[in-house]
Amino acid sequence: MKVIAAMSGGVDSAVAAARAVEAGHEVIGVHLALAANPQKYRSGARGCCTIEDSHDARRAADVIGIPFYIWDMAEEFHDGVVEDFLAEYAAGRTPNPCLRCNEKIKFAAVLDRARAMGFDGVVTGHYARTEIGPDGKTLHRAVDHSKDQSYVLSVLTREQIDGAIFPLGDTTKVDIRAEAERRGLAVAQKPDSHDICFVPSGDNAGWLRDRLGSDVGPIVDQSGTKIGEHKGAYTYTIGQRKGLGLTVPTADGSPRFVLKIEPITNTVVVGAREELAITSMRGERPVWCGPEVTSAPTRGFVQIRAHGAALECTYYLENGHLVATLDAALLGLATGQAMVIYDGDRVVGSATICETA
Amino acid sequence: MSSIYLDHAATTPMVDAATVAMLQHMGELGNPSSLHSHGRATRKALEDAREILAQEVGCLASEIIFTASGTEANNIALKGFYWAGRAQGKNVVVVSAIEHHAILDPAHWLHAHESAEVIELPVTIDGVIDLDFLKDLVSTRGSEIAVISVMHSNNETGVIQPIAEVVAVAGQIPVHTDAVQSFKKTPLSFSALGVTAMSLSAHKIGGPLGIGALILRRTVEIPSLVHGGGQEREIRSGTLNAPSIIAFAAAAQSSHYQAEEITQLRDHFIDGVLSAIPDAVVNGLHAKRLPGIVNITFPRTQSDTLLLLMDSAGVSCSTGSACSAGVHEASHVLLAMGHTEITAQSSLRFSFGATSTHKECDFVLSVLPDVIARGRAANSV
Repeated sequence: MKVIAAMSGGVDSAVAAARAVEAGHEVIGVHLALAANPQKYRSGARGCCTIEDSHDARRAADVIGIPFYIWDMAEEFHDGVVEDFLAEYAAGRTPNPCLRCNEKIKFAAVLDRARAMGFDGVVTGHYARTEIGPDGKTLHRAVDHSKDQSYVLSVLTREQIDGAIFPLGDTTKVDIRAEAERRGLAVAQKPDSHDICFVPSGDNAGWLRDRLGSDVGPIVDQSGTKIGEHKGAYTYTIGQRKGLGLTVPTADGSPRFVLKIEPITNTVVVGAREELAITSMRGERPVWCGPEVTSAPTRGFVQIRAHGAALECTYYLENGHLVATLDAALLGLATGQAMVIYDGDRVVGSATICETA
Repeated sequence: MSSIYLDHAATTPMVDAATVAMLQHMGELGNPSSLHSHGRATRKALEDAREILAQEVGCLASEIIFTASGTEANNIALKGFYWAGRAQGKNVVVVSAIEHHAILDPAHWLHAHESAEVIELPVTIDGVIDLDFLKDLVSTRGSEIAVISVMHSNNETGVIQPIAEVVAVAGQIPVHTDAVQSFKKTPLSFSALGVTAMSLSAHKIGGPLGIGALILRRTVEIPSLVHGGGQEREIRSGTLNAPSIIAFAAAAQSSHYQAEEITQLRDHFIDGVLSAIPDAVVNGLHAKRLPGIVNITFPRTQSDTLLLLMDSAGVSCSTGSACSAGVHEASHVLLAMGHTEITAQSSLRFSFGATSTHKECDFVLSVLPDVIARGRAANSV
């Protein structure tokens, strides 16, 4: 096949591209320029957006022996990922920008462009597997569960999965680094990235405050009594305990947790830990990368964080929403996150959490 | 046919005579500034080369200042003339809007760091500088102008600029011309042009990388950028790169570049492109151009997509414009010629050289319709 290998400048995408070449594909490396004004040097634990990273990617492509191009996707990234990130926080939800990037950039803008140019698919260094079964190509967890990225890929449609190649899903990260070393790739020991790539300082709250303002608002308990003040409701996360700056203690001295963020009244509601418990969730805009979910209740697992546990549940479709009811209660779940349904290690589909109970 | 090179304006293969001369002199020992027999031998060969080059350039041997690149020559000239002029109260630097970055960036640097006033000469839709604008400028502010720098021909479009007219308009104002693309491609004589200074580069004419020259009229003094041993008229220091200089002269002396043949090849290519892609536009078509460069806008495409597809088809060409952080920017040259950001980013430069053949040209024409069709499809997703 003729494929585009998305190369961030990190070790994973470099080995993925090399493996694609070895598998006999005709591979062209592409680095996505996602920042409108990229910084010169990498700092902290951000992965792909500096000029230094693009040089790393180019060097890896040269060592592998494939052509290399940089595609300017800064505008698409800004509109589809950064703006979405801000809008979600402004609405009191907690978005996952990596997931949005996969949905709108890597497997939409890039894949569409690649297909139009006559390529068959896009290779990435994600830790996930695909299998060809009776239902076509399906998405599965990586062998290395600690690195598994199927969660952030769950937004892909079947058509997008058809065009996706994940050469690293059968290998552990440790082995990938060793393989990079063997292949003479200088990025073999480059640190993993885990911060949000477009927040240069790593200070998400500060970054949000600069863009959304820092309107002071009340922190209230469940009875509505004001017990403190905050500087921007969106800098809080459901379940958060630290950094609330509350001076009024509870009657029994037990800690308070963020229960709810109300963007319209700019209010943060806090309460006892047990108030965080939820047993069901509802997600909007569901996407099926496996067989479509129906209204018939089905047993499976739901995962609500990128590296969270798979929770036993019953799921079904109701009025276009994906609903999951949990076997065991869960503490602290933010809306805006993705709920991803698994059947064993196979991704069934996902939706954006809009309601919990 | 798997690998076709149509990017000779970026760099072109070394001509055999230059390779042979360079290899031979790389084995010779001796710093040309040393007075002993080893030094003298190197100095002799180097000065022979300088004289050969002077003959090819139409200047005196003493007017050649060897540099490491055309870019360095441009920097020495622009900054040097500015500083020399400023000492006499002249603070204005005039450059054309279509200069190479090796002139534009030093000009902008002079503005940012030395408070120079930089005035850019506009160009016509065909990419030729607006002489009337220059005349008005010189007549109103001539006494303030430290230097006028206009390239001899443009590296993206190949359009040749009216340098003799610029010199006539300039009067006593120093005129520099970046002739990196023109040398050996179109008639060029330093003395006949009457410019004060001119930049050249070896690797554009079949010489090695890493050697260039500033031709600076004798008796003209400008301050130095790189200080040290003062080897080149106290204006450029650093041990002279004898093997490269000797190879530079050998390339300059060689007659491998046949302008007429290359012009025919280019025109054949243009005819082929326009019949395959009727809405393609040749930039600067009506202007006098270099034999080997053609810049074409393919509406409803993006040049970086086209480059990738051309490369995949085994064809090396260029957008002709600079990259910023690896991302192609709209060419300032095409923008100055009246293009929009979008059409400027839909353009490719094909440049032919001494080794280009009709067969190569026809192969490119055979893949072009598919490349453009895919490029258009990718542009509409």
